[in-house]
Amino acid sequence: MSAQIPLDDILAIEHLLSEDEKLARDTIRSWIKERYRPLLNQAHRDGIFPVEIIPEIAELGVFGANIEGYDCAGMNNVSYGLVMQELERGDSGLRSLVSVQGALVMYPILTFGDEEQRQKYLPKLAKGEFVGCFGLTEPMAGSDPGAMKTTAKKDGDSYVLDGVKAWITSSPIADIAIIWAKCVDEDNIIRGFIVERDFNGFTTPDIEGKFSLRASPTGEIHLNECRVPAANMLAASGGLKSPLSCLTQARYGIGWGVTGAAMDCYQTVLDYGLERIQFNQPIASFQLYQSYLAEMATQLVNMQLLTLHYGRLKDAQALSPIQVSMLKRHNVAAARKIASDARSMLGGIGITDAYPVMRHMMNLESVYTYEGTHEIHTLALGRALTGISAFD
Amino acid sequence: MKILVTVKRVEDPEIKIKIKADGSGLESEQMKYVVNPFDEIAVEEALRLRDTHEGEVVILSLGVADCAQQIRTALAMGADRGVHVLTDETLDPTLASLAMQKVIEDESPDIVLMGKQAVDDDMGQTGVMLAERLGWGQASFASKEASLESEEEKSKQTALNVSDNKVTVVREVDGGIETLCLNLPALITTELRLNIPRYASLPGIMKAKKKEIKEFPLRDLIGDAQPLVEVLKMEKPAARAAGMIVSDVPQLMEKLRNEAKVI
Ligand SMILES: Cc1cc2nc3c(=O)[nH]c(=O)nc-3n(C[C@H](O)[C@H](O)[C@H](O)COP(=O)(O)OP(=O)(O)OC[C@H]3O[C@@H](n4cnc5c(N)ncnc54)[C@H](O)[C@@H]3O)c2cc1C
Repeated sequence: MSAQIPLDDILAIEHLLSEDEKLARDTIRSWIKERYRPLLNQAHRDGIFPVEIIPEIAELGVFGANIEGYDCAGMNNVSYGLVMQELERGDSGLRSLVSVQGALVMYPILTFGDEEQRQKYLPKLAKGEFVGCFGLTEPMAGSDPGAMKTTAKKDGDSYVLDGVKAWITSSPIADIAIIWAKCVDEDNIIRGFIVERDFNGFTTPDIEGKFSLRASPTGEIHLNECRVPAANMLAASGGLKSPLSCLTQARYGIGWGVTGAAMDCYQTVLDYGLERIQFNQPIASFQLYQSYLAEMATQLVNMQLLTLHYGRLKDAQALSPIQVSMLKRHNVAAARKIASDARSMLGGIGITDAYPVMRHMMNLESVYTYEGTHEIHTLALGRALTGISAFD
Repeated sequence: MKILVTVKRVEDPEIKIKIKADGSGLESEQMKYVVNPFDEIAVEEALRLRDTHEGEVVILSLGVADCAQQIRTALAMGADRGVHVLTDETLDPTLASLAMQKVIEDESPDIVLMGKQAVDDDMGQTGVMLAERLGWGQASFASKEASLESEEEKSKQTALNVSDNKVTVVREVDGGIETLCLNLPALITTELRLNIPRYASLPGIMKAKKKEIKEFPLRDLIGDAQPLVEVLKMEKPAARAAGMIVSDVPQLMEKLRNEAKVI
């Protein structure tokens, strides 16, 4: 046998990362392995998120880790990305919870909220005392969120919200929701509102029967004449570009996250292939098996280099939304292919939760769809490259 | 109260190590390093002591420039500052304990906490030698009575009881538990069952960047003292022959009798 070279040595990014970036990555990697993995299979079977672990997650400081101040860690975007990668090496459900909390709840409050709103909500969200969710999608407005029907009508010093949001990550366990609605008194401009769980007319039915992201609660949000103080309106938001800018933040994290899920799939089938004997030899000795591995390793290097390059650009405030579209689209599609190939490489045992691969494979179906479907990002790229919109 | 904790940079126990071709040591190329796991336990206990009695936790590490990473890890867990004795030399326990003695005489902490051994060379001598050099009482293999699943552990209480300038320490001995009382200053080495160390937090990592690490060249502290122990050679254990699966008990008995010749 000749020497086996670990993927890390082919990736060779250690010298491109600072000490604190590596420490952030390695800390979350150990935590996932030692603390989250042991809970995960049962949570996944039961289709629940283990909420009792939230204080511990918060103590690690992962919520809004790239935000400065308000009890947040204030890390750079490469560290933040590495954290997302390690969380999703565990499970896309956990990474989704953290992405939503940081990029879709804390980010809009930070960006579109006033100082009072920031002081009121951000530290609680950072410490995990509040779980947040983000309500943009509706039953009749998915890829086309501009078609939303949810309305906000001014009434004295409050707004009355009406509508239904669908497919909302964490809504069943959320303490607050960022709700995007059309302001009927202002020419239907879209604005964000901070809605608290105990406001009247706010309910969050579970979505049942999911095959994907089972360890992440997904629900609807019903707003039935839900009265929200005017002070809870995100005054600096306005237009569809506001929620879309939040999605750009979250997609950046997804690009890193799915890399972690794919790395876990790769490592699993590499180890399995070296141990599993058929025809009197390890299955990793067959050319077809090696061809899968070669393809996966190549894709992983591509994915990681893209995350790191774009991460450095983001830290230099030079990353554009279209680059984030490319990152999301490329890395999710690559991770999805790796997970599905890895599933077949495990044979029969691969369809069980004895290995993490099928869970990743199913999770990645959601990731492929949410935050802009693969197709929608293709159109966004096509429009950017040609200057011609093919959306409608 | 001032607590000093020693932290050693060791090869990551989860990574396959390679021995240098000449057998003089381990290959450092592409190696990953971590804080010695026993030292993490010492850091954790020190943080708990500090949180109960106030004061500061100082981290001491000896070794190459990159040891700063392991000091930072301890600072990211919550320790206050670091001291780094810089050297590229391989230290035996005699030299390591001598350098530590010099730093400790300067820092004069109330308690020195150390891992009972380092998982790289498993010598387990540095703590013992250091206590002897300092002329301090020592409690080796500190443990705790309550289990690691207990409420006491979950609430991050320290197992070391400090009052009236004394510390009591519980240790596991064959078939029972022994409680020692030591005058301060004292040296304590930690067993695995003392606590579950916390993770560094992301805010902790950011704060650690600003914490002070003082550096001293090794030879400024210990002059030309020489090691007393030299590692001559390292080698991997010989590979074991593959096992076999027997089909039934009679076959097992036959193999044990005639091949293994153990019955
Ligand atoms: C698990 C999960 C969690 C989610 N969490 C959230 C959340 O927290 N907050 C939130 O607001 N939303 C969330 N979503 C919603 C998600 O963003 C939407 O599902 C997504 O935008 C797609 O919308 P849709 O499901 O209505 O599909 P549709 O828009 O109906 O799309 C169906 C298919 O048609 C394709 N398609 C649509 N338009 C075009 C076009 N112009 N050209 C070519 N193809 C097109 C799509 O690519 C897709 O393949 C979540 C979804 C899932 C599955």
